[in-house]
Amino acid sequence: MQSLQKITSRFIPLRIENVDTDQIIPARFLKATTKDGFGKNLFRDWRYENDDEAQPKTDFVLNQKQYAGEILVAAKNFGCGSSREHAAWSLQDYGFKVVVSSFFADIFKNNALNNGVLPVTVTDAFLQQIFAVGAKDTLTVDLEKQTITIDASGATEKFDINSYKKTCLLNGYDDIDYLLSMKTEIEAYEKANQS
Amino acid sequence: MGKTIFDKIWDKHVVKIIEDGPSVVYIDKHLIHEVTSPQAFSGIEKRGAPLFRPAQIVATADHNVPTLHQELPIKDALSKFQVDTLIDNCKKHGVELYGLGHPYQGIVHVIGPELGLTQPGMTIVCGDSHTSTHGAFGAIAFGIGTSEVEMVFAAQCIMQSKPKLMRINIDGALKNGVVSKDIILYIIAQISASGATGYFVEYAGSAIRALSMEARMTICNMSIEMGARGGMIAPDQTTYDYIQGRMFAPKGAAWEQKLAAWKQLYTDADAKFDMEINIVAKDIDPMITYGTNPGMGLSIQGTLPTIESFDDVTEKQNYEKALKYMGLTAGQTLLGMPVQNVFIGSCTNSRIEDFRLVASIIKGKQKHPGIKTLIVPGSQEVAKQIKAEGLDKIFEAAGVEIRQAGCSACLGMNEDKIPAGEYCISTSNRNFEGRQGAGARTLLASPLTAAAALLTGKITDIREILN
Ligand code: SF4
Repeated sequence: MQSLQKITSRFIPLRIENVDTDQIIPARFLKATTKDGFGKNLFRDWRYENDDEAQPKTDFVLNQKQYAGEILVAAKNFGCGSSREHAAWSLQDYGFKVVVSSFFADIFKNNALNNGVLPVTVTDAFLQQIFAVGAKDTLTVDLEKQTITIDASGATEKFDINSYKKTCLLNGYDDIDYLLSMKTEIEAYEKANQS
Repeated sequence: MGKTIFDKIWDKHVVKIIEDGPSVVYIDKHLIHEVTSPQAFSGIEKRGAPLFRPAQIVATADHNVPTLHQELPIKDALSKFQVDTLIDNCKKHGVELYGLGHPYQGIVHVIGPELGLTQPGMTIVCGDSHTSTHGAFGAIAFGIGTSEVEMVFAAQCIMQSKPKLMRINIDGALKNGVVSKDIILYIIAQISASGATGYFVEYAGSAIRALSMEARMTICNMSIEMGARGGMIAPDQTTYDYIQGRMFAPKGAAWEQKLAAWKQLYTDADAKFDMEINIVAKDIDPMITYGTNPGMGLSIQGTLPTIESFDDVTEKQNYEKALKYMGLTAGQTLLGMPVQNVFIGSCTNSRIEDFRLVASIIKGKQKHPGIKTLIVPGSQEVAKQIKAEGLDKIFEAAGVEIRQAGCSACLGMNEDKIPAGEYCISTSNRNFEGRQGAGARTLLASPLTAAAALLTGKITDIREILN
């Protein structure tokens, strides 16, 4: 997994609530057996008319030239629905390192963290402040300090992340490395609890 | 202070608590399917680690399978490759597979309980959000992502923070024509599609106690649709009776021993929840959804909210977006609106009891000529039972075909899809944009409401047929 410390970037504002993982990556793209190449189908049905890459929907933010960056900012309850990790893979493959929302669905949050994409939960008020700034403005997300800043105004908010996940992300470790190092303890647990 | 049933099971499965981090939780049973497992198999192979406890894993193929002519090779090349990859991986790693053609094959959340694999007190995971279904047996069961599937392969554990706990009490008797699907659609409409995020839910109360295991599974199944990590119901005599005698249920002395342990699985009277909701069963009508998330539901007699009823700008925009997608108007009623498709199936409502319910409504009647149907049992076992009980004859006489087991039109992944722009009354669990196929318009409802539409060709209050 790639490590992530601090990023300053413009952002893409997605003012839609309850973005479910079926929209992030529709089911017909789940037939792959590898993790690669999902970015091109990210938000596929919101991005293209008739599933045709030659016909981008101009009213969708990913197709609007004024927006760019490695940060996606979405309205509340982002990532609800299906547990498909393909949603996290497609955001990561497209180039997003951070997703900001006022509320994340549980499974999505875990999936994102497990793939080096940082979910940043902000207050509703701060989210509105972000949506209010211009397309050229940048945000800075500092994982070490657990802060997100709107660079133009200097407005800053702290965000939560548990220290274990933070260490993993800062260093690019993953949970599987950790669990593999715990084999003896797990075997001891099994012995004690075999019923 | 007393413990909740969740606490009792969770505490017993914590191998280690990481300070200011998640807990390492031991998993008793791991269910896998073709869509969310291939990257986990290749991940573990890349690490050069073997599967830690392959005997605790059961696999099936469900999402990609056709529901007609399962004896023939799968036509779609990518679907076929994914199903074949599962077969190869299971063979290579010594995992039991109930694949196409196997008498135990079916939707993963239908076969687990049916085979007696799902038991009270267990921790159960699957790379599928509707794993919450298994909570109906008093198990901690929840969906995980593919990285976590790989964790369970590697160490039979996952890393999870303990969720907050919510109890939803539903008391009293249900009205005529109201079934468990209506209960859960009602709850989600009340608390919204994100109302239980961060929580694990226990369903309790006299209305829950009165439900069959099938009906309890329908409720736990849709816990995820309000954002909950999972849902569960304490086991009781109904649970034990359902499990006893099933293929993988404990037998003889082992049964007695397990039963004694299961009887300890209840929430103590003085246990505390982070949140508690009380619902009166008789307030619930037959329900239907009108929007593009499961929280957008109302009584079948109700009218859609007006645009003015939303204060928040984003919420208003979202509602307008949903109306546009669904081709509906604010303030309208749904009753009497023509529909083109009826889907009865999915891990929410494809069990034998669902087919009995539908058969009781359509018996001796004819399908409306304007309706196309997808009637799909959840498993080979359910299909077999439908025949054994002669229900297939009732469907056939009504002009309705019963297909073969799989996820079918629940998600637009296999051959079964709803055409763009058409309405489908669906007994499944998600009405997201494009969920049943690009442009498909899903109206979630109970099997009874679906059966009513099958006969009338339009959205109908089932009570008009029952009375
Ligand atoms: S029936 Fe639908 S919700 Fe259930 S496991 Fe299959 S695709 Fe998922």
